Amino acid sequence: MNDVSSSTPVADQAAMLSMRGITKRFPGVIANQDVDFDVVAGEVHTLLGENGAGKSTLMKILFGLYRPDEGEVRLNGKPSGITSPSTAIEAGVGMVHQHFMLVPTLTVAENVALGLPSGRGPLTNLDAVSARVSEISEAHGLSVDPSTEVWRLSVGERQRVEIIKALYRDARLLVLDEPTAVLTPQEVDDLFVILRRMTDEGRGLVFISHKLHEVMALSDRISVLRNGQMVGQTIPSATSREELAEMMVGRSVKLVPDRPPVETGDVRLEISNLSVRGDRDTIAVKNVDLSIKGGEIVGIAGVSGNGQREIAEAVAGLRAPEPGGSIRFDGVDVASMGTRARRDAGLAYVPEERMADGAIADFSVSENLILVDHASKSFTKSGLFDRQRIADHAKKLVERFAVKTPTIDTPTSSLSGGNIQKVIIARELMSDPAVLIAAQPTRGVDIGSAEYIHSQLIEQRDKSTATLLISEDLDEVLGLSDRIAVMFEGEIVAIVDAADATREGIGLLMAGVVDAA
Amino acid sequence: MRDFFTLSVIVATVASGIRLATPYLLAGLGETVGQKSGVLNLGVDGVMQLSAFFAYWTMLERGSLILATLVGIGVGLVMGAIYAFVTVVLQAQQGISGIGIFLFGLGFSDLMFRRQVGSPRPVPQLPEYGIPFLADIPNVGDALFQHNLLTYFAFAAVPVLALMLRSTTFGMNVRAVGENPQAADSLGVSVGWTRAFAILIGNTFAGLAGAALVLELGIFQPNLTAGLGFIAVALVYFGAWRPVGIMSGALLYGLVAASVLQMKALQIIPRSASDIAAMAPAILTILALIVLAGRVSAPAALTRPFSR
Ligand SMILES: Nc1ncnc2c1ncn2[C@@H]1O[C@H](COP(=O)(O)OP(=O)(O)O)[C@@H](O)[C@H]1O
Ligand SMILES: [Mg+2]
Repeated sequence: MNDVSSSTPVADQAAMLSMRGITKRFPGVIANQDVDFDVVAGEVHTLLGENGAGKSTLMKILFGLYRPDEGEVRLNGKPSGITSPSTAIEAGVGMVHQHFMLVPTLTVAENVALGLPSGRGPLTNLDAVSARVSEISEAHGLSVDPSTEVWRLSVGERQRVEIIKALYRDARLLVLDEPTAVLTPQEVDDLFVILRRMTDEGRGLVFISHKLHEVMALSDRISVLRNGQMVGQTIPSATSREELAEMMVGRSVKLVPDRPPVETGDVRLEISNLSVRGDRDTIAVKNVDLSIKGGEIVGIAGVSGNGQREIAEAVAGLRAPEPGGSIRFDGVDVASMGTRARRDAGLAYVPEERMADGAIADFSVSENLILVDHASKSFTKSGLFDRQRIADHAKKLVERFAVKTPTIDTPTSSLSGGNIQKVIIARELMSDPAVLIAAQPTRGVDIGSAEYIHSQLIEQRDKSTATLLISEDLDEVLGLSDRIAVMFEGEIVAIVDAADATREGIGLLMAGVVDAA
Repeated sequence: MRDFFTLSVIVATVASGIRLATPYLLAGLGETVGQKSGVLNLGVDGVMQLSAFFAYWTMLERGSLILATLVGIGVGLVMGAIYAFVTVVLQAQQGISGIGIFLFGLGFSDLMFRRQVGSPRPVPQLPEYGIPFLADIPNVGDALFQHNLLTYFAFAAVPVLALMLRSTTFGMNVRAVGENPQAADSLGVSVGWTRAFAILIGNTFAGLAGAALVLELGIFQPNLTAGLGFIAVALVYFGAWRPVGIMSGALLYGLVAASVLQMKALQIIPRSASDIAAMAPAILTILALIVLAGRVSAPAALTRPFSR
């Protein structure tokens, strides 16, 4: 682990960007504290850090979206003069934001042209824009049709539009804030090729990510932020994923959970011939068969939007399946049962949208912990809540699941994402379920909490629960699952034993290349 | 009882339907521009009442239709500036701010009328002009091409605003800030100014709508609009945020209202049922909204204040 100061001389002479002593405070948090960061032409400089470490804030300061409370930003040796996105763009800085900055109802060309003078007075000049977009697409391998409305595009295509937007403005310095979060492994590989081509042209790139294997693959330099402070800088050949994780978290962490072999029992969740309609009323899940034994975690890998959410909701009883299929818990068909009856039959559900579906934001931690069982005898006395029992129960779970909360009466919304998720997991595992559906159990959760949640899921597996894991994080699926089912366009295209699964093989299957693994 | 379906009656009904549609069209077009930028203005009716009163008062005092129309526009601009300040700068909740503007317009125009005018006196109405040649076409000319200047202006504004929204940089900015203001902001489009201009345009049209209403009637009374401005807001949904759609809605409304009036005059509808018949346009609009509901979606950022 090198110190920041030791490697700066190189950067100083040729730095296109140099940020010095940046401090940014928000009410109650210091998002950046005395941060130094620079980029030289032709390099990919990665900014690595946990959620909330301050990566986006630092880059938003560069882009003129926030003003630093202290510190200085220099471009090519001179004060940057950036005070707003438009001055940033003029200065040759481009940014692909974590949440796409696209207007879905506008066409690709319109999105690209937005904010620029058209050269035709008040009228737009979309034909000229389209022509230039096509040139850029061709030169950089970013194929996309300029006249399509953006809402029709896939996420991968939308990302390309974002990059085209920056190239159209001839950004010399391009910031990509978590650009791979929504891509398939193949799309990530394609993106990296495109990014490399851009550095070859002498552009400087800032790559923000918390996916360690991508960081190792792409970066020339890596800087790590933790709690708003720059804690170190290194290069891929001098470090490892474990060391990077340790720098991010501040203590050693287990990236791959221990998964001791366990005796599997009878089939506890059996899905057969299940078809489900999605929100657009088209078939989102097609004739899926899947059975999971007690003591087994089956992970579903797939690019989001290939039917994973619909399967989870159908099993949980939140979405009606098409007639003809069945869902059995311990042999009992629950397909026509309501959610209450399914829970009584042994279901537990950790939903994908934790704040919308998993917890009630304004309720206290203790209230959220009894959300499923609030009517049960153990929490009521003559029809009223038994406050004492509820409090005891909450204290026990908060302690057992290491939930960081000031009190059990704190509103759940004021907890961090990781702790909210622990509250939900605690509540769901409390009933020792026959069937557990865990959808995106650690998305947006800090590494420490994720590590803990993983260990709990495995412990529950060892107690003979059948777990259906749905995750966009392929590493999570590979690390936790005993078997991996790959979904593509609503179908399970392959089920692979964890022992035989590789990132590359699963990635190809996720992209619909069926004879790959 | 006489027959409704005679040529002369139909021509008169269409002509009066177009006249009646004018204030709805103007107000609805203005509201569309504002909503496209993400700002809901429920105060249209109040702005119309204010501009109607001040245009009327100007007519009483000065007798100039041009001046009265300009005063109506001026009232719209002032109210637009206030609404832009409240919703864009102060980022107030739009629904309740609009209701505030409405109540202010209702109350203040009433107060001013009682203090400055007292009892209604008629003023000269907007004259009608025939469009050369077109007005001479038998029947069609009388129905379509014999109107006052504000009516012509309202219908001419339909393609102009459509073009503005579709093919100008400003129109593209308006659509962008109404749909995803963060994206527009990240490309250097000023969300605040774009919305402020859209609000000014919208309120100017509302001001013009009030002037058109009162100068067409030639008389003012408190609560002259009787909810017309709210119907105009509904027409924006009916018209799916497209100027041509707003025009269809305004025409439908105007023609139904004109037919009801005509049938009452011809005593086809008995006097006892006239109150119920007067509700026909509103009921029709509601039915149309129910049928159309969910077909198109509102600008995604509608009613949402923007901050970084
Ligand atoms: N606009 C804001 N207002 C208040 N707090 C903010 C704002 N933006 C970020 N923060 C806080 O600053 C910290 C850093 O956030 P961010 O830069 O988004 O982290 P990262 O991108 O590394 O996940 C977090 O604690 C976050 O809650
Ligand atoms: Mg971020």
